Amino acid sequence: MPRIVVDVMPKPEILDPQGKAIAGALPRLGLDGFVEVRQGKRFELTIDGEATDEALAKARTAATTLLSNPVIEDVTRVEWINDAAAGDVE
Amino acid sequence: MSTETPLIGSYSADAAGPDLTDARVGIVTFPGSLDDRDASRAIRLAGGTAVPLWHADSKLYDVDAVIIPGGFSYGDYLRAGAISRFSPLMDKIIDAANSDAKLPVLGICNGFQVLTEAHLLPGSMIKNDHLHFVCRDQRLRVETNATDWTASFEPGAEIVVPLKNQDGQYVADEKTLDELEGEGRVVFRYVDHNPNGSRRDIAGISNAAGNVVGLMPHPEHAVEAGFGPDASAAGPVELRGGLDGLNIFTSALKKIVGSKA
Repeated sequence: MPRIVVDVMPKPEILDPQGKAIAGALPRLGLDGFVEVRQGKRFELTIDGEATDEALAKARTAATTLLSNPVIEDVTRVEWINDAAAGDVE
Repeated sequence: MSTETPLIGSYSADAAGPDLTDARVGIVTFPGSLDDRDASRAIRLAGGTAVPLWHADSKLYDVDAVIIPGGFSYGDYLRAGAISRFSPLMDKIIDAANSDAKLPVLGICNGFQVLTEAHLLPGSMIKNDHLHFVCRDQRLRVETNATDWTASFEPGAEIVVPLKNQDGQYVADEKTLDELEGEGRVVFRYVDHNPNGSRRDIAGISNAAGNVVGLMPHPEHAVEAGFGPDASAAGPVELRGGLDGLNIFTSALKKIVGSKA
């Protein structure tokens, strides 16, 4: 079934306390060189039916109303994902 | 409710005060609300009548005010308050708060988060800057009495009430913060210690009309002798006798009764 991916990231000017904590933990694993980590959210919306423009438009509305809060977050991506490609990430 | 524990410190029996029982305050329960019962007790201790409201209901049962209590509604999934904000009851509360009647609404902790998600109040809450859950008795300054929930305070009065949260860092852009300051809508400010990194030490704010107020700390946990903080604004008190939160509820009740008279 067709799927739409929505990425939501904290706004650049908002301090991301979780990302900061992760950035602090990485060197403790010996993984140096990452000067900043920012943590966002990825949503996958599965459609029952055809991959239509209408479905994508609805996903955009969902992204800006429920999935993100415009005060603190930006929607950075709303697009169809290719299932074969998505399933092959190793 | 038949299982309600008897009130230990029945301040409502104070004969000198006005009868506030006609003021009916709705307390909203979402899945995951924790402090709804405490908020109800606070209303009863302040002399008013508490009316339980259920999030899936779409009737306000003619209440005169609404409290959205603390807790973790919907487990804080997605964002704190994000899912609760779209409940049927919230639609009614948003309409009533914005109507000419200007229903008084108080959001405490998670309730404050719900009010920002509902755009009744500006800004948002993110994780505490130090990433830890915080639980402490917190001193606050009441910056204005031009709201339904602080009308009985002197501006600049201080109170000590519990604070307990994970996502308590109040954030908004500089323009919004300047507007809030300029319009006197910063209602409560942290004193001595900023416990979560909130911008400009903001602990609570109001809408322009002053009927909607949200704050992170918990005045409903400082209303009953034996169950409050170990301090009031005046200094240490014995036997968890801090009652500084009570005046917030009394403020709204007096205003309601006054407007009915």
